[in-house]
Amino acid sequence: MIANWIDACAAGDIENEDVIRFDHEGQTFAIYRTEDDRYFATAGLCTHEAVHLSSGLVMGTIIECPKHNGRFDFTSGKAKGAPVCVDLRTFPVKVEDDRVYVQIDA
Amino acid sequence: MTNETATGQIIIVGAGECGGRAAVALRERGWKGKVTVVGEETLPPYERPQLSKGFLTKKVETSTFGNADSTKFGPLEIEHLVNVKVESLDRAAHSLSLADGRHLSYDRLLLATGASARRPSIPGGEMALCLRTSADAENIRTRLHPGRKVVIIGGGLIGLEVAASATIQGCSVTLIERNDKVLSRCAPISIAGIVEARHRAEGVRFIFGTGVKSIEDRTDGLLVSTTAGLTLDADVVIAGIGALPNVALAKAAGLAVDNGISTNEFLQTSDPDIYAAGDCASTVHPLLDGVRLRLESWRSALEQGERAARNILGEDVRQGTLPWFWSDQFELCLQVVGLPQTGGTTIERWLSPDALLNFHLDGEGRLVAASAVGQLNLIAKDIRVAEMLIARRARPDPRLLAEPTYRLKTLLAA
Repeated sequence: MIANWIDACAAGDIENEDVIRFDHEGQTFAIYRTEDDRYFATAGLCTHEAVHLSSGLVMGTIIECPKHNGRFDFTSGKAKGAPVCVDLRTFPVKVEDDRVYVQIDA
Repeated sequence: MTNETATGQIIIVGAGECGGRAAVALRERGWKGKVTVVGEETLPPYERPQLSKGFLTKKVETSTFGNADSTKFGPLEIEHLVNVKVESLDRAAHSLSLADGRHLSYDRLLLATGASARRPSIPGGEMALCLRTSADAENIRTRLHPGRKVVIIGGGLIGLEVAASATIQGCSVTLIERNDKVLSRCAPISIAGIVEARHRAEGVRFIFGTGVKSIEDRTDGLLVSTTAGLTLDADVVIAGIGALPNVALAKAAGLAVDNGISTNEFLQTSDPDIYAAGDCASTVHPLLDGVRLRLESWRSALEQGERAARNILGEDVRQGTLPWFWSDQFELCLQVVGLPQTGGTTIERWLSPDALLNFHLDGEGRLVAASAVGQLNLIAKDIRVAEMLIARRARPDPRLLAEPTYRLKTLLAA
């Protein structure tokens, strides 16, 4: 498997403690920035009803689905209880020269 | 009850979202005794909200209906009796009689009996289809063909969602509402206006300020007559005129009933061994100054189910989440948290020409509710922040609330 680092956005495109949507080759991702400037990426759709998580609220390291309040820890992808029970897939992220890169399997 | 008494029997009447969540929550909290869920439907617990939306527009099928909890019944050894009605409850004997002749004994009982669609009590009212169960939805779905004339009675959430779904399916839709606007029970007029305009743009016709007098079966279809003397031809008539709590079992057993099975803030009924939760329960709400409320919403069904389960196992968790609901109509999303009618002043925050948030403040400037309409990605974060502010009984600066470029989340740090 070849690991691809994809240039997703500028570091400043995401506000602190927030999330944006990133689409790449038919896949959708959610990219997060924590209050202390750490960056993370997960699959973009909630595992419950395929709603874009980027519309949801970030609190600490939790992303809450905007539709049904399903919660995930975006640093690990762990689902935090009903109505969600399937974990989110996570992707490695690095920041170089103020650009955010997501590692997507090719 | 404690988790150590592994010999006990907890019975849950009702296998909807609430009953299902409660059953799984009992296991999650370590309950080792027996758990039996008795339901009148044949499906495992499923999410009803999709019935009027994704299911009617053929985006989802019954095969994928089961919710997260339903998949755990087997592994967690939760017994699910399907397709059976509970005929009576003998509180003194701690037993239930089922329609098929079986008797079940309980140590603790949870009533999660839900609600039933209210039917129009007019001549021919039985010809109006109602939407509550997956069977109801299937029945409606088979009739929504392109070009069909659909008359909807009631401009509330169900009526509007079905109107949108029927329109998407190519039907010609007319909605009759007794009041002079849609959503009069649950959303402010500014939001109702945006929702109505969106429906009109899609071709939905509205007839306001009149009720339906009768439905007649003609050889070539149905004839709907309004109280104002208007007549409409229809292939399908669907009524969305509210729901009534299923309280007959509780009432016959002598439990206190007040627009739903009465419970205290711990979801306990007038019989300490019996709890009630979800659409059937009228509960005292600590966040709303002890107002007695019966909530018909997906989220409260789940949360009350879970909290009732925890209390059955000896915890004392108050029922304390704010009322919250959402609706989807075309690409518009509606979200309301708290009770807008309890606010005196409304602050508007326009996020785009058709995305509006209303903040409802009481006489002391405290945020008591928020309501929004628009695309999900525009409104969802702000509604969630509003919910947290309401729970904190915050008094946010109205000028900041009204300013769409101000990041609302900043108020949480204050």
